[in-house]
Amino acid sequence: MLNYLINGISLGSVYAIIALGYTMVYGIAKMLNFAHGDVIMIGGYVAYCATSYLGWPVLFCVLASVVVCIVLGIVIERLAYKPLRNASSLAVLITAIGVSYFLQNIALIIWTSNPKSFPNMVTLPPLVIGGLQISSVALVTIAACIVIMIALTLFTGKTKMGKAMRAVSEDKDAARLMGINVDATISLTFAIGSGLAAIAGVLLCSAYPTLMPTTGAMPGIKAFTAAVFGGIGSIPGAMLGGILLGIIEIFGKAYISTQLSDAIVFSVLILILLVKPTGLMGKKVNEKV
Amino acid sequence: MSMLKVEDINVYYGNIHAIKGISFEVNEGEIVTLIGANGAGKSTTLNTVAGLLKPATGSVEFEGSSLLGVPAHKIVNRGMALCPEGRRIFLQLSVQENLEMGAYTRSSAEIADLIADVYDRFPRLKERYKQIAGTLSGGEQQMLAMGRALMSKPKLMMLDEPSMGLAPILVEKIFQIIEELNKAGTTILLVEQNAQMALSIAHRSYVLETGRIVNMGTGDELLKDDTVRKAYLGG
Repeated sequence: MLNYLINGISLGSVYAIIALGYTMVYGIAKMLNFAHGDVIMIGGYVAYCATSYLGWPVLFCVLASVVVCIVLGIVIERLAYKPLRNASSLAVLITAIGVSYFLQNIALIIWTSNPKSFPNMVTLPPLVIGGLQISSVALVTIAACIVIMIALTLFTGKTKMGKAMRAVSEDKDAARLMGINVDATISLTFAIGSGLAAIAGVLLCSAYPTLMPTTGAMPGIKAFTAAVFGGIGSIPGAMLGGILLGIIEIFGKAYISTQLSDAIVFSVLILILLVKPTGLMGKKVNEKV
Repeated sequence: MSMLKVEDINVYYGNIHAIKGISFEVNEGEIVTLIGANGAGKSTTLNTVAGLLKPATGSVEFEGSSLLGVPAHKIVNRGMALCPEGRRIFLQLSVQENLEMGAYTRSSAEIADLIADVYDRFPRLKERYKQIAGTLSGGEQQMLAMGRALMSKPKLMMLDEPSMGLAPILVEKIFQIIEELNKAGTTILLVEQNAQMALSIAHRSYVLETGRIVNMGTGDELLKDDTVRKAYLGG
């Protein structure tokens, strides 16, 4: 029971890290970046190559993956989304789906469809408390999630750039009038989201070591669900949504049905949205006239 | 000396020709107002000067240098601030954070002094510095919007409908503050539907009608002008 809970929190932490990318990009660019899940996959492959072909130490592999994904995120935004800044949200959505397939096919060409067996990057001994054994991957994942959460909260709450990011997410023209470079702020958001996706990719593949061009798709969709679940646009919401989703999924697998676990996850989303359309922590501030 | 010189600008929203060859200037130390009915192009004019909209033709010069092609976020550094229509404060940021954003291009050492100045002028904001801006009353939000614009220490402050939606007593207070700012050396370009109030504090004024300037003069002249009285001052 406790084991399931920890597994759930650990899986949920991965979803949470991915969901942060979704929610930050949504908050600032008001778009759903459906290619986000595939950035995770690219991050996984980069780390895989760095360790398997180049034999780099773990930290360098993670770093390489983060750097590649950050650059990728910025390039995707510049080439695919920026020209559509004033287009309808439907056009942007379709473009995002296009980018998603593009990345999957690029991965297919480079790495083929043969699954790669991802080496566990967290090779520490498991933690044993009484009869409870917690894998080091789970521990590192949960720790990473907490650190990222605190760092992002401090960044958006205390730093000038973070506050500017919140200002841009609320009102782009007003932000411009303040002297805030809106395009640069959007790029920064994509960079942060994609960097987090890389970390999520390495953690995900360490826990579930099969790497394929479609590896990012399902966790991407689930993390998106988590972001909506928690209230899209809200950073603590993404965190809460991700972790709850992970717990629901693991408990669903353990006690109800392995095959139905995904269906359960998405049913919960539908239920939550029926009851509270803004998500668990979604907020609405009414404008005063 | 003319601080802001707008010459023959034409602005389009898609196919709609919103501004049809407007020219005007604002001299250092003046309060200049643009008055006119809804849809006359007043806000469009201010947004164009602030760089949010690009004129198809014409020129905008501030202190002798052209603003055409300068992105909006770089214009504030030249010494010009726009307090936009509908206030557009950041509702989810605190009062103090809103002010900090107003001085985004300044160093943090300067920001502390600037905030202190704004709090001196608007003590109400100081009382509420931690409060989320969305929870302020309409009058307080307007003060915050003005305080935020002042944070960039503008030489020219543009105000778009600062009296909108406010109780008469607050409107008077806002106009009093505008006059004080002007006396302290800030040049003011004011857009208002409340023509009576605007003309009474303005040195000079332009009357806009469907994208054109149809009349101009000193505030007193226009207050006495028959066509202006009929159209904007209720007879």
